[in-house]
Amino acid sequence: MLGKLSLDALPHDPIMMGGAATVVGALIFGALIVTFLKRWKWLWSEYFTSLDPKKIGVMYLIVALLMLLRGFADTLMLRAQQVLSTGDSQGILSADHFQQVFSAHGTIMIFFVAMGLIFGLINLLVPLMIGARDVAFPLLNSVSFWLYIAGVALINGSLIIGEFSAAGWLAYPPLSTLEFSPGVGVDYWIWALQISGIGSLLSGINFLVTIFKMRAPGMTLMKMPIFVWSVACSMVLVAFAFPILTATLSMLSLDRLIGTHFFTSDMGGNPMMYINLIWAWGHPEVYILILPAFGLFSEIVATFSRKRLFGYTSMVWALALITVLSFTVWLHHFFTMGAGANVNAFFGIMTAVIAIPTGIKVFNWLFTMYHGRIKFATPMKWFLGFVVTFTLGGVTGVLMSVPAIDFQVHNTLFLVAHFHNMIIGGVVFGIFAGITYWFPKIFGFKLNERLGTYAFWCWLIGFLLAFVPLYALGLMGAARRLDHYDPSMGWQGLFVVAGIGVAVLGLGMFFQVLQLVYSIWKRNENRDTTGDPWNGRTLEWSVPSPVPVYNFTHIPTVTSRDDFWETKQHPQADTRVPFEAIELPKNSGFGFAIGVLSALAGFAIIWHIFWLAGVATVAIILFVIIRTTGEHDSEIVLSAVEVEQIDAAARRKMTAGVKK
Amino acid sequence: MNKTKEALARRIVSDDKVTFGFWIYLMTDCLIFASLFAVYVVQRSATAGGPSSNELFDLPFVLVETLLLLTSSFICGLMVLAAQAHRKNLVIIGLIATGLLGAGFLAMELTEFSHLISEGYGWQRSGFLTAFFTLVATHGLHISVGMLWLFVMIYRVSRVGITPATLRKLTLFSLFWHFLDVIWIFIFTIVYMIGVL
Ligand code: HEM
Ligand SMILES: [Cu+2]
Repeated sequence: MLGKLSLDALPHDPIMMGGAATVVGALIFGALIVTFLKRWKWLWSEYFTSLDPKKIGVMYLIVALLMLLRGFADTLMLRAQQVLSTGDSQGILSADHFQQVFSAHGTIMIFFVAMGLIFGLINLLVPLMIGARDVAFPLLNSVSFWLYIAGVALINGSLIIGEFSAAGWLAYPPLSTLEFSPGVGVDYWIWALQISGIGSLLSGINFLVTIFKMRAPGMTLMKMPIFVWSVACSMVLVAFAFPILTATLSMLSLDRLIGTHFFTSDMGGNPMMYINLIWAWGHPEVYILILPAFGLFSEIVATFSRKRLFGYTSMVWALALITVLSFTVWLHHFFTMGAGANVNAFFGIMTAVIAIPTGIKVFNWLFTMYHGRIKFATPMKWFLGFVVTFTLGGVTGVLMSVPAIDFQVHNTLFLVAHFHNMIIGGVVFGIFAGITYWFPKIFGFKLNERLGTYAFWCWLIGFLLAFVPLYALGLMGAARRLDHYDPSMGWQGLFVVAGIGVAVLGLGMFFQVLQLVYSIWKRNENRDTTGDPWNGRTLEWSVPSPVPVYNFTHIPTVTSRDDFWETKQHPQADTRVPFEAIELPKNSGFGFAIGVLSALAGFAIIWHIFWLAGVATVAIILFVIIRTTGEHDSEIVLSAVEVEQIDAAARRKMTAGVKK
Repeated sequence: MNKTKEALARRIVSDDKVTFGFWIYLMTDCLIFASLFAVYVVQRSATAGGPSSNELFDLPFVLVETLLLLTSSFICGLMVLAAQAHRKNLVIIGLIATGLLGAGFLAMELTEFSHLISEGYGWQRSGFLTAFFTLVATHGLHISVGMLWLFVMIYRVSRVGITPATLRKLTLFSLFWHFLDVIWIFIFTIVYMIGVL
């Protein structure tokens, strides 16, 4: 009846119980607050069922930032373990628990932090930047979001019921096969990723259609803001790469469920095939994350240099080239597999070649700043920090693209330092810059600059302290994923430095939380009264902040790149066009239902409760059939009068709370 | 007057979006199959001492199976023509015929599977059989989903007739069905035809 599920699945040792208690406690605490404030109905009707990409974007950001805290809490344990666990001391974690922690950390950070943040910003910005009122398929968008939440629920659920995978963030077989990982951990990993991955795939399709079919009149492809270009490329990668992930995860899961031999080490299974497949997805995945970050930085640099982006066309070509090339390098993740010198040489050269378009982009940003009137607001600081850290990471990346060198540093902390360099210095800094820059557009007030600056310096210094020692450790031969080492290696000092770095990073996050709280408290002092607080260039700055539901009262007609900027340079006489009625999608609980049912189905398969998995799947199918065949109006219409009122109210609100 | 024109324009734009989105979806599905094909090609010789492809497959049987699917695809095409001519009854007949042929195809596939399994050549036997069953069954699963869709369409056409929305859905369905046809041609060639060589 309950498959493998029994009371033994509850956590027993104290640290794991702590983890479970934190999750449960946080949920109860959150629920109590909402109940106390009597906000359940509001939450349901304004957010959970909303099909407005701006609201969905905010939900993505909130959940992903919470997951960032979770992923960071994991690293505190990892770092503490590696500082302490040498010689006779065994540190604070058992070997198995240590493995679960780094597997959870990597998985959460990539899938539920970085992806969540990127999709959040895409939801918030893309429709506004292309002058559209919505995404192509609003209902599907909500489904994608709730599938992401289903993944989040499963991966955090593993803390409470059962265990998580101890096979690393990519679950290489044969370790991840049933023979060596008989528990439910790997199944949690598979289904959390499978479900949220399908959500990402659907989002990819959705935004491709949005970008290619819904641009405002006059916005040709070469007049799109560069962020939109970067998203388009990233979504092409999603559409090409995520199907491979779906297929690969399915195969691994079949191996574990029905005894197939894809990746087993006997009966003709082929573990290396998994490693090829997972990296055929995995390498494009890193570009899925970094390309939008490039886009965010491009917009930010242009705004704060008060210049047009230098080399727009070459930026577009660089993006496109990276998109194509990113499918030709996956083998650099396992040069040591033994594919032979010629194969390694090919993939090594392709990897080095990707550095060229990336370098072009860096120089374009620098040239944009050259002779600009630069304003060093916090987003710009994140950008400058990014240039430093990203270049460092890029150089070590090119270093490892040489197979002979990679043989030395493969699977050492050198590699760990490299990819954190790209991911923290690139993706995370980019997202922080983006959130700071667009915050007033989303919420109507700016974030406090001083606390933001503190946070920035903590992140930059903390990052360097935490990861530069890892380069050294890697060269000294320290393997990654070590839970214990001999004192004679002489590594402890560097691990201590790295541990201090993590503490500084923690301080940075503390300042960010403080910044948020303080900025909300003092919001009337930092109101965005014009809708254009930074002297922006793209369309989203032409509407009031926070943006009304319908985005634009009138769909703008675009005549040039950076259209809003151009309009500001040549103000036209205000030719008022009458307001018109606007159709918007009606709220729907469909996405929520699909998300809940998917999480249930995933949970049931993990625990081999097959009847429940069947019931949930049938329910999903029925919901889909009913929703797609029923003839109901899925739209509400705002009349011209209502639009006029909302518009006036939005403009009034911008200046209302401001003290003179 | 202006209102309906506007509504019509909006409908066309939204049709356009759905069709484009559906094409992208098909492409992603194609990549799932591409992964499975790649795996099959890698695993083809991994027989682990079990039977290899030229000992297992019965080409004439599969040829009949293939013809069933091709015919159903052809009829599906005719069905869309009928829909464009707003011939409701013809559409329903076409759908039913497509479905029957599809069911025949599925039945033959299941027969082949059960035959193999009863001989002890199930997917657990070897890497090769794993890849074979998964690839072919994934296609079969798609066909089953297509059948479900087809039933829903029969119900819908008989209830509401051929509205613009129904027409669009029928077109998308036929796109899906033809797509599965193309995939099958690849399976037939790569798995069965090359397999018996
Ligand atoms: C917030 C600061 C972060 C710190 C202090 C940190 C620290 C660490 C540590 C100590 C490890 C284990 C290294 C080892 O194998 O010994 C690790 C692994 C990893 N981290 Fe982070 N990390 C951070 C942020 C991130 C972010 C933002 C991402 C991705 C978006 C990320 C992705 C990964 C991945 C994929 C692994 C590999 C896990 C595995 O070995 O399976 N990390 N990190
Ligand atoms: Cu790579």
